[in-house]
Amino acid sequence: MSQANCSSQLLDKHCGPYAHSGSSVRKHMWQVCLALTPCTLFSLYLFGWPAIFLFFCTCLSALLFEALCLYMRKDPLVRVMDGSALLCAWILALTLPPWAPWWLGVGGAFFAIVVGKQLYGGLGQNIFNPAMLARTALLITFPMQMTTWVEPTPIVLSSSPDFFSALLISFSSATNIDAYSGATALGSLKTALSMGQNVEQGLAELYQPLYAFIGWSSGSMGESSELLILLGAVYLLWQRIISWEIPVAMLLGLFVFTQLSHILDGEHYAAASFHLFSGGVVLAAFFIATDPVSSPSSSLGRIVFGLGCALLIFIIRNWGSFPEAVAFAVLIMNAFNPLIERYLRPRIYGRLANKEALPNLASFELAQKLKRPKS
Amino acid sequence: MFRGLLKLAPVQGGVHPSANKARSSALHVSAAPIPPKLFLPLLQHAGAAAIPIVKVGERVLKGQLIALAPSELSAPVHASSSGTVVAITDVCAAHPSGFNAPAIVIETDGQDQWLPKAEASDAFQEDAMVLANRVAEAGIVGMGGAIFPAAVKLKQGAKHEIKTLLVNGSECEPYLSCDDRLMREKAEDIIEGARLIRHILKAFRVVIAIEDNKHEAIAAMKAAAEAYGMVEVEVVPTRYPMGSAKQLIQEITGREVPAGARSTSVGVLVHNVGTVYAIFQALTQGRPLISRIVTVAGGCVSRPKNIEALVGTPIEELFKACGGLTEEPARLLLGGPMMGIALTSTAVPIIKGATGVLALSKSEVQQDQASPCIRCASCVDVCPMGLMPLDMAALIKAENAEAAVDYGLADCILCGSCSYVCPSHLPLVQYFRYAKDKQAEKREAAKKLDLTVTMSLAKQKRLEQEKARKTAEKAAKRASKKRRPSRRRGSESAVLQEAPQEQKTAQETTQTAVEHKEQELIS
Repeated sequence: MSQANCSSQLLDKHCGPYAHSGSSVRKHMWQVCLALTPCTLFSLYLFGWPAIFLFFCTCLSALLFEALCLYMRKDPLVRVMDGSALLCAWILALTLPPWAPWWLGVGGAFFAIVVGKQLYGGLGQNIFNPAMLARTALLITFPMQMTTWVEPTPIVLSSSPDFFSALLISFSSATNIDAYSGATALGSLKTALSMGQNVEQGLAELYQPLYAFIGWSSGSMGESSELLILLGAVYLLWQRIISWEIPVAMLLGLFVFTQLSHILDGEHYAAASFHLFSGGVVLAAFFIATDPVSSPSSSLGRIVFGLGCALLIFIIRNWGSFPEAVAFAVLIMNAFNPLIERYLRPRIYGRLANKEALPNLASFELAQKLKRPKS
Repeated sequence: MFRGLLKLAPVQGGVHPSANKARSSALHVSAAPIPPKLFLPLLQHAGAAAIPIVKVGERVLKGQLIALAPSELSAPVHASSSGTVVAITDVCAAHPSGFNAPAIVIETDGQDQWLPKAEASDAFQEDAMVLANRVAEAGIVGMGGAIFPAAVKLKQGAKHEIKTLLVNGSECEPYLSCDDRLMREKAEDIIEGARLIRHILKAFRVVIAIEDNKHEAIAAMKAAAEAYGMVEVEVVPTRYPMGSAKQLIQEITGREVPAGARSTSVGVLVHNVGTVYAIFQALTQGRPLISRIVTVAGGCVSRPKNIEALVGTPIEELFKACGGLTEEPARLLLGGPMMGIALTSTAVPIIKGATGVLALSKSEVQQDQASPCIRCASCVDVCPMGLMPLDMAALIKAENAEAAVDYGLADCILCGSCSYVCPSHLPLVQYFRYAKDKQAEKREAAKKLDLTVTMSLAKQKRLEQEKARKTAEKAAKRASKKRRPSRRRGSESAVLQEAPQEQKTAQETTQTAVEHKEQELIS
């Protein structure tokens, strides 16, 4: 049978089920966007106009690139609105330095949508998480711009740049933003440790767990408020958009690894609370690593995936040369995903784990097998 | 050791489609009027089609045998009302493609005159095989949708030790409430039928499994079962596909049916409540299967209800009996919305396995365009068989059905849970059906090839032997000049031995083919 004939036979729906739960890809994506809204709004408030410009630049350009790609692939243009491109750009924007220039957002969006997603074959075909791919590409190509962080300066404060100076910051990169700059907790700890200080000294000034949890710390937009991210995560779990395995495995794994090393050597290894509430770990655990396309589909596979992410974050943060490890960890685990999918499938009903049929143990047959020879 | 471990495993997966049962389950079962014409398809069951034994123009009485079962795996057909046979021809059959299938058409005379019935003796005194044969003669097939000849299952009691008779009253398909109504109204009869089947199977206990959303049916069945020992009513959670034999067995006994095996291998036999009731009627009243309760429901039906319909009644007559349709249905279904089949015409007759007739309105049918798979794994989470539908579908789409088999295609029960939750609206079940059909075709072809090869090999051998015999004869003739005795007799017997063996292989192949089909149908 020819390929064309077969696919037409397959796609013309003539058999059940005729009932449907009512879910759709669009709903799926928009619900994730909705879950991201609280922490995004708070971050936009915290980092003011430049962050707002960056956010919208990234999202709008991503939609544009998506439309262009769909047009070139001759796919229906309506698919722009399925939310997948928006969500991808949204997450990318959350991981960029909030005051990054506009071209960083647009370049990132291009890389995420065109290279990270459409070149692989569009929605559902990519191996790597497009947002993380773009972020990593930006980090390597523009290390300076990607590591220039600012202190939180809420939009209501007079010290926050107004609309027009924000335009200058975002679109001409002319203004010196050093006045606002600050280091992330992870970055400063790394520097302190490399200068021979211990963890306590390194964190003394910069890190306050409560502030980090609520979000009052410098860093990318998405790593600011763990509290609001958790709020969105609860919504996603409740709506069954994501399953519990990846986040729990990832956070619990990181907790165990970091706490163990902290207990063993508190001088050089920070406590678990520090690792969990700084950087993008929480965001990644609920919103990035759970990306359906590039994460495993079996329950056991998800647990392995989450634990793998945790282990890689732990390794890269402590011994790697970058302070921020989440994107690398997720990408590396993405690469392992096909392997996990292949070897960690759920057990099939009526079969053993090695896919052989269950032994037939009906008592009648068993009795016959066990019948003792009369002596 | 394995049993202990497996007992702990809970039933996995499943979905919760909205039930939509309230409207039809509230009303008593009503009798459908006798239609002017009955269309009785010859193939209403799994297995071989029945062979008509009536002529056009012949008058038949209600309950009269009009088509014989040609083999064990088949079921006879009886006239469901009195009248005249007007044609034996192809009619619109219950098939999504609108296939035509041979049927006996009876013009009813409205008298509904029964064939004189034989005196029924106390069935409990009869031998199991006699009773099983009586069930076969009554043309009873599985009435839960699988339409597998019931007697074949009953006869398995002789081959295997059946510990538990599981009466399936879980009815997990949305809209359908015929079993629910039956249990409420005929609880005693069902219990009696179940006890009769236990008698046939020599089973240890009877468990009646009912989903927990059918409170009244549970109460009625519990009350009826109270008087008997080892007849239990078990309440199972409401979750599709709880009505599937494998899932129900796991829920009740904690055991999994090994892949490729039948439920008898774990000492369980499952019968639908409708089947049990039909068996009760056949064994105590000598009544063949000529009518069944059908749920007529869906948004387009003015007054949804359960109707006791004669087999062969066109479904348009049933809609008429329910006050007609309020609008043009977006989808016409025989069976439930999860596993039922779409019909192209209302002229399709009710068959023995028809659980319901649904006329769904536009708002009840989701017809979204399919979009690419986002690998959300919802299908993996809900699959009751522990499969990975998304990977299987991708492989089938790539025409790599062999790999899909490695992923467990053969274990798929086509329940549709995966399609139900798929946010991309992919027709997953369709992929699996398609691939399964392809596999079956391939198996058939391979079998045919095998048979041809064995036959031709045998022929070759035979020819060689003949040749050898002839040369031996010549040699013997030459030798006979010196000596008389020949070796002819010896070589002849060798040839004779060859033939039965050949026959046996052919027989074996057909038997395995039948067995294979049986398995698929049970699952």
